[in-house]
Amino acid sequence: MNTRQWARDLAVGARFAVTGGREGWVRMTLTAVGVGLGVALLLLCTALPNVFAARHKVEDARYDYTYSDKVPPKADDTFLIAATDTVWHDVDVRGRLVEPEGKRAPLPPGVDSFPGKGEMVVSPALKELLASDGAKLLRERLPYKITGTIGESGLIGSHELAYYAGASGLKLTDSSPVHRLTGYGKPDATPEKTDPVLLLMVLVVFVVLLTPVAVFIAAAVRFGGERRDRRLAALRLVGSDSHMTRRIAAGEALAGALLGLVIGSGFFLLGRQTLGSTELLGVSVWPSYLDPSPGLAALVAVAIPIAAVLVTLLAMRGVVVEPLGVVRAAKQRRRRLWWRLLPPLAGLTMLYPMIGKGHENGDFNQYLVIGGVLLLLIGITALLPWVVEAVVVRLGKGALSWQLAVRRLQLSSGTAARMVNGIAVAVAGAIALQMLFTGTQSQYTKATGKDPGRVQMQVDFSDRKPLSGVEREFTGTKGVRAAVALAISEYGDARRNPENSNGLTVGGCTALRELATLPSCKDGDVFVTRTRSHYTSSSNADEIAVLKPGRKLYIDPSYDDATERGIEAPWTVPANVRVVDAREDSLQDANSLLVTPAALPAKAVPALFSDGVYLRLDPSVPDSREHIRNVVARIDPLARAYSWSATEEDVKYTSIRTGLLVGSAFVLALIGASLLVSQLEQLRERRKLLSALVAFGTRRRTLSLSVLWQTALPVGLGLVLATTVGITLGSVLLKMTRTPVAMDWASVLTMTGVGAAVVGVVTLLSLPPLLRMMRPEGLRTE
Amino acid sequence: MTTSHPGSLLTAHDLRKAYGPTHALDGAEFSIHSGEVVAIMGPSGSGKSTLLHCLAGIVPPDSGSITYDGRELTKMSDAQRSALRRSEFGFVFQFGQLVPELTCVENVALPLRLNGASRKDAERTALGWMERLEVDDLKAKRPGEVSGGQGQRVAVARALVTGPRLLFADEPTGALDSLNGERVMELLTDAARSTNAAVVLVTHEARVAAYSDREIVVRDGKSRDVERAI
Amino acid sequence: MSIGHTLLGLLESGPRHGYDLKRAFDEKFGHDRPLHYGQVYSTMSRLLKHGLVEVDGIEAGGGPERKRYAITDAGITDVQRWLATPEKPEEYLQSTLYTKVVLALLTRRDAAEILDTQRAEHLRSMRILTDRKRKGDLADQLICDHALFHLEADLRWLELTAARLDKLSEAVTR
Repeated sequence: MNTRQWARDLAVGARFAVTGGREGWVRMTLTAVGVGLGVALLLLCTALPNVFAARHKVEDARYDYTYSDKVPPKADDTFLIAATDTVWHDVDVRGRLVEPEGKRAPLPPGVDSFPGKGEMVVSPALKELLASDGAKLLRERLPYKITGTIGESGLIGSHELAYYAGASGLKLTDSSPVHRLTGYGKPDATPEKTDPVLLLMVLVVFVVLLTPVAVFIAAAVRFGGERRDRRLAALRLVGSDSHMTRRIAAGEALAGALLGLVIGSGFFLLGRQTLGSTELLGVSVWPSYLDPSPGLAALVAVAIPIAAVLVTLLAMRGVVVEPLGVVRAAKQRRRRLWWRLLPPLAGLTMLYPMIGKGHENGDFNQYLVIGGVLLLLIGITALLPWVVEAVVVRLGKGALSWQLAVRRLQLSSGTAARMVNGIAVAVAGAIALQMLFTGTQSQYTKATGKDPGRVQMQVDFSDRKPLSGVEREFTGTKGVRAAVALAISEYGDARRNPENSNGLTVGGCTALRELATLPSCKDGDVFVTRTRSHYTSSSNADEIAVLKPGRKLYIDPSYDDATERGIEAPWTVPANVRVVDAREDSLQDANSLLVTPAALPAKAVPALFSDGVYLRLDPSVPDSREHIRNVVARIDPLARAYSWSATEEDVKYTSIRTGLLVGSAFVLALIGASLLVSQLEQLRERRKLLSALVAFGTRRRTLSLSVLWQTALPVGLGLVLATTVGITLGSVLLKMTRTPVAMDWASVLTMTGVGAAVVGVVTLLSLPPLLRMMRPEGLRTE
Repeated sequence: MTTSHPGSLLTAHDLRKAYGPTHALDGAEFSIHSGEVVAIMGPSGSGKSTLLHCLAGIVPPDSGSITYDGRELTKMSDAQRSALRRSEFGFVFQFGQLVPELTCVENVALPLRLNGASRKDAERTALGWMERLEVDDLKAKRPGEVSGGQGQRVAVARALVTGPRLLFADEPTGALDSLNGERVMELLTDAARSTNAAVVLVTHEARVAAYSDREIVVRDGKSRDVERAI
Repeated sequence: MSIGHTLLGLLESGPRHGYDLKRAFDEKFGHDRPLHYGQVYSTMSRLLKHGLVEVDGIEAGGGPERKRYAITDAGITDVQRWLATPEKPEEYLQSTLYTKVVLALLTRRDAAEILDTQRAEHLRSMRILTDRKRKGDLADQLICDHALFHLEADLRWLELTAARLDKLSEAVTR
């Protein structure tokens, strides 16, 4: 057998696909669209690394912080900048106040000219948002005139909300968030060392998402295959041998796959545009970010046609095309188990040496990880046909609908298994990843120690604010039930360079009650807590000893090595100082000395720093948080207002998790679509039989149920297998990260449930056509 | 003209049925007595099969009346007609009627199981009928493994297994050679006569129609009931 | 095949001379065997005798005498009865059936009815044969089958003709 022969047969097949009349076209279109969807998804995935890189690049380019102690002197090319990020209905808005200090001050990326005072340049998405009806509160918060838009080079996505507002008189102090810079960009963009566990997750996510796509493409290549095979009998009749016939069949599939590549590229370009103009789970990108890496794209372009040919040749093995018809090797040999166990075992073997590497001893071998996970998942597709066959052979008794389904499965368990493979692989991968995520969650999720039941929002001001006025501002705000403000300062036992020094917290009685249990309180009282936090010894005896009534202390003492001189306000410890118990759930746990405002001398007031305003909200007022942010923006544009939450997750960890969710949704939808196609095809083939069954009085319910069983049985088996493999893989992955293996039954149930739901939806969608086919019109001969 | 004939099992009067612009039936008449074999003849596309489908309550006619055993078929719900087909009618078609994944005996037992019989009882009765039609040795085979004539006999056994009062056969020998076709017809009519079942036989072959007691000719959707015309 | 009935039928469309009758007969039915004029003459004499036709007029002049015949009411009834009676199913009766169909078309009678009647008669014969076959031995079966196949061939011809009546009508009444 030579190459020319091969090429000729494949070409003949390809020509058949194109010239096969209407039916041929329909078949090829099905294949092409299926392959196309898979290709588009693959291309999008190959573009993902690029997306992250591109977003990173922009983030680095517009970086405007400095951690350097040295502030450059004011010059022709310097500018002042302060972050005024805010949140609008849970969406982040990146905000900056900029003040150029000279003619040569550099412009931020994507901005053409500095906005003047009271003006701003905005991202297109923010411009749109501000112009919309519902954004009245946001317009109040950003009362600047829009004079321009930020270009693509300054934004990390088409839907990013961002603005640069012009400012004047920004104060550059130690404590303010204002920076003086000479340029944008991360000075030393050293690549961060990626956490090996996170890298492992990324790798596994990719494999888990792409394997079902590959399985799907393999299935798509065989769309309409059974009819096609029947037509091949005609070729045998005119004298082609069985090898030639197989190659011709492969040629037809090849034509479909090639067309699929073209369609897939089209889908990809469409998807690129669509994704570039939409937002998914809070992430938006620019179309240009979605450029597939050339190498990976080339791999897709080469691998898919080859896969199409191989899959067809493999599938045709079980089919004997005789000149007068197609025989699906009637007496199929029972599937053998041993070689089907090889891939998963090989996968485990590849993963085994990496068990226990965890964070400590660093790197996982990427190839082994990919290979191992891949083999385990592929192993499902090898095992499933055996499992379905082995189980179905033993079934039989039961209701008529059950019998019909079981008998059908016995006759063609392979087709059934093929249909379910994709779902099983996706579910197994998802279960493993869920286990990995849940297992490692604690490592990437920190408890903030904050109780959102007590306080819903906190405001941190950029500079000193009088206590009472602030509280009043917020108490009057819509949706605020209570507001307590705290301030901090420092005291020492000497005017300069004190020997003993400590922090003190100032607040009204209501505020102080949030920190400690006070038997009674009136303005002018002073308390000190028995315990203290952030010290190796929690007993506060030392500080209590310092705070003896009548002792003379200085608030905000000065230090020789500091740039600024302190206020040095003298303060005598009053006689009514009382020792109290700190609350376990204190809002703030750094300082032990708690002072009501009246107990301080007036001279000390400028020494107080705001330590946040804590707000309790009325949940029934819808936009309370937006109202609060507006108040904050008015009082202090540089202040930070944020909602309390009990935990916070590592950003990267969160984005990987988000990626998995988005990817899984796509993959499952795709597989659902392919299930539907093959289901409908099967039904169409049995149209006449269905009509005959209806003619002699078969209830529609019986037939619908048998269709359901026919899908549900293999799917059920597939899910059981998927759960087994998924749990195994998940345990191995957890062991690799040195995390104790714990079963997360909730996520197992969720994932299998989602898989089952896909099948349910597919069955539901195929019911109308089934009912239509069961109409007696099907009995009419054309 | 009357819509019911004394003693007739099934009577149809002035049936009309259109599929889109084509009038498959355009005023068809029909009647059959118990134990009678009536052939419906006519050229292809004349509406023979449509007439059979209407008579069997598979397809509702656009207008006209069908009376079966004193009941008006056109006024029944789909579920009622299905139930009637399950219990009182039997069917033999030309193609595609045996469920390929079921064995022959399971196929024959199917109508009994549709009526709620237990698997065991149904298959025992089914085997009895397969014996009568001389195909009991095929019981464990799948339809794909038996010849056309054998398959058709299995189908006849299945049509008769519920002891129907009315058997509808649409070109039952259409796919068979003369010898097999005649054997099937012989077995079918013998079996029907022995149970006093009426047979509505759609065929375009005279030699098949010769197994009937009388024939009705359909032409351009019109049928004349020859017996009534005389 | 009955020449008398055929000539009678031809006269139904109007009185004709004997020679016209022969020409009309030859044109419509005498494809390979044209009628001798003598046959026409003797047939017409017989019909005259039975009162089925009458002489409508005699044309004198050169050549043989030329009688013009017209059909009587009794003649029309006779044609009607002949057409309505099915032929005994037997071999080689196509020519008779053909003549009947064409005549029916010519005389604007229902040709389909003739074919249906004939089919019913054929089927009746076939039923009898089939019944005999079912009860008889192998020899009976073979003999019956032979007859059945011939009858079936006739029936097929009937079907085909029935399907082509419109065309035939166009052709003969042109």
